Amino acid sequence: MIESLEGSASVGELVLSLRGISKNFGAVSALTDIDFDVHAGEVVALVGDNGAGKSTLVKILAGVHQPSSGTINFRGRAVTLPDPRAALTLGIATVFQDLALCENLDVVANIFLGNELSPLRLDEVAMEMRAWTLLNELSARIPSVREAVASLSGGQRQTVAIARSLLLEPKLILLDEPTAALGVAQTAEVLNLIDRVRARGLGVVMISHNMEDVRAVADRIVVLRLGRNNGVFEPDASNQDLVSAITGASNNAVSRRAERLRTERNQAHGGQAGEQHP
Amino acid sequence: MTEQGNSAPLALDRADARVKHEAGIGGALSAFLDRVRSGDLGSLPVVVGLVVIWTVFTSLNPVFVSSSNLVNLLFDCSTVGVIALGIVCVLMVGEIDLSVGSISGFASAMVGTLWVNQGWPVALAILAALAFGALIGSLYALLFNRLGMPSFVSTLAGLLAVLGMQLYILGSTGSINLPYGSALVDFGQLMVMPKWVSYTLAVIPGLAMLITGLRTFARRRAANLSAPSVAGLVLRVAVITVGLELIVAYLNQSRGIPWMFGLFVGLVVAMNYALTRTKWGRSMTAVGGNREAARRAGIKVRAIYLSAFALCSLFAALGGVLAAARLASASQQAGTGDVNLNAIAAAVIGGTSLFGGRGSAYSALLGIIVIQSIASGLTLLDLSSSLRYMITGAVLAIAVIVDSLARRSRASHGRA
Repeated sequence: MIESLEGSASVGELVLSLRGISKNFGAVSALTDIDFDVHAGEVVALVGDNGAGKSTLVKILAGVHQPSSGTINFRGRAVTLPDPRAALTLGIATVFQDLALCENLDVVANIFLGNELSPLRLDEVAMEMRAWTLLNELSARIPSVREAVASLSGGQRQTVAIARSLLLEPKLILLDEPTAALGVAQTAEVLNLIDRVRARGLGVVMISHNMEDVRAVADRIVVLRLGRNNGVFEPDASNQDLVSAITGASNNAVSRRAERLRTERNQAHGGQAGEQHP
Repeated sequence: MTEQGNSAPLALDRADARVKHEAGIGGALSAFLDRVRSGDLGSLPVVVGLVVIWTVFTSLNPVFVSSSNLVNLLFDCSTVGVIALGIVCVLMVGEIDLSVGSISGFASAMVGTLWVNQGWPVALAILAALAFGALIGSLYALLFNRLGMPSFVSTLAGLLAVLGMQLYILGSTGSINLPYGSALVDFGQLMVMPKWVSYTLAVIPGLAMLITGLRTFARRRAANLSAPSVAGLVLRVAVITVGLELIVAYLNQSRGIPWMFGLFVGLVVAMNYALTRTKWGRSMTAVGGNREAARRAGIKVRAIYLSAFALCSLFAALGGVLAAARLASASQQAGTGDVNLNAIAAAVIGGTSLFGGRGSAYSALLGIIVIQSIASGLTLLDLSSSLRYMITGAVLAIAVIVDSLARRSRASHGRA
């Protein structure tokens, strides 16, 4: 464990460093005193139960929400992210959970939205070529980039959103539930993509509920619980430890369910011996 | 189907075997039918509507399709058409401006008072009216962006307030006559293109289509993307050019094409370019489709709303100035009555969605021709304005129903 910690520390410079980030929505404290680091060439998984503040943290980094207090350091400089444009300009790209695509625009227009080539005389050919290149890098299965996004499936939209995040060659990519809508093959493609992005020396923050995916790609697992830091784990940490950090106790719904299933199974086995089922 | 091995490498956008790619003219036709069936109607309803309306009115009174009546129709189209062009801008971002009639009326009153009563140069008076229009629109945008005031309410308030200002500056006289023989009034009533100009202008759209089409074709081929067929392009250019020349020839049998209509069409073409081929237009469509997504993509959403509202009021003011020129007067009635609804109806009938994110500048042109055809036909039949209002209202209702139904159908067919 200590060896791998040293390994992850030598990955690269500190890309992003949050200190004491808090965010209040009225009386609700969505985030309290969060510390969070991402290095270059590192995949950090952000896990936590529903309402733990994962998406809020991502939205702060994307410039959608402003923190109530705390400091954000990006590549060694203290920065503020007053709007999404500021985050994009710094090199923080985000794939939102709801994808934030315009359904009435086609795939090319969505990928280049806000970053169109030659603003006064849109260069559709160059944009379409670049769009295909990006999508092919992701081994995407998009039938046509000239169809409106409304006609695409959930997985295809996910791919478009990820392709868009790569357009500006960011330094840090935030992925909010990137595999939630994807099939088996596409999940593997996205995980491969995350590996490739890491190999290029980018920092990646990935929110996921799928522990299997998290273990597959993450270098570190940061657990949030009720808006607070609740531990940092290695990907080889036991499921038991992770679950208890996420839910807050060793006696939690997950372990109780496992316990109940175990006893039920035992009872069923015991019962079958005594009773005759038709 | 040829094997991939012995054919040319597949174009970048033709690698997916699951997608139908229609080729040639038959393919284009069947793709068009597919689109219509799924609710992507484009300008089909307005073309069908126009054919029906013209057939009915011609059978009732053959004068309707006479060259001179159609030239008059074009004069009338230009004033409200310019206003409708502004409505397209606000509808694109999913908002509305109900005060365009009042703004046009006030603009005409401003030109009347400043030019005729105060003795300003006419150009300066027009500029002042346009600046006032843009200012009103900016005010709506400010209320919308900063205070979250729905545009429906703020422009309804504006409708009354600006109408009040119009009545105030016109004072007790109630109307100001613009001098006959002045350039402005001539522009609105008499000036038509010389024949050779109109014939030349009618060639330009086809020529522009051909040149840009061929250039796109070459660039797409060079970029290993599939390109539409050249034969189809040439056919379309031929049809459009011949069609336009025939229309021009017919209109030239009487007075010819009004310069005012030329100005209107020029503005439509410019707006179409801005909406489809610039970053600004792309942003307008994005904001109308999904405001939050546009914001997260880094678009300055507030600036887009500001541009939409300001442009709408600016066009409304310009429409008012043209209407004053057309009527040679600035009166208390200018911009009241059905001007507001005609402008909005024109944009919607032409195919711009009330729900935002869908539309085109050409919808103002097509829509206003429908509206003015109805008005002109009913006038020729000597029907009272009571019937005219009822019929125009029914047409607007039908247009909105078609828009809503098409939208539902698009949703179920997976189109935006």
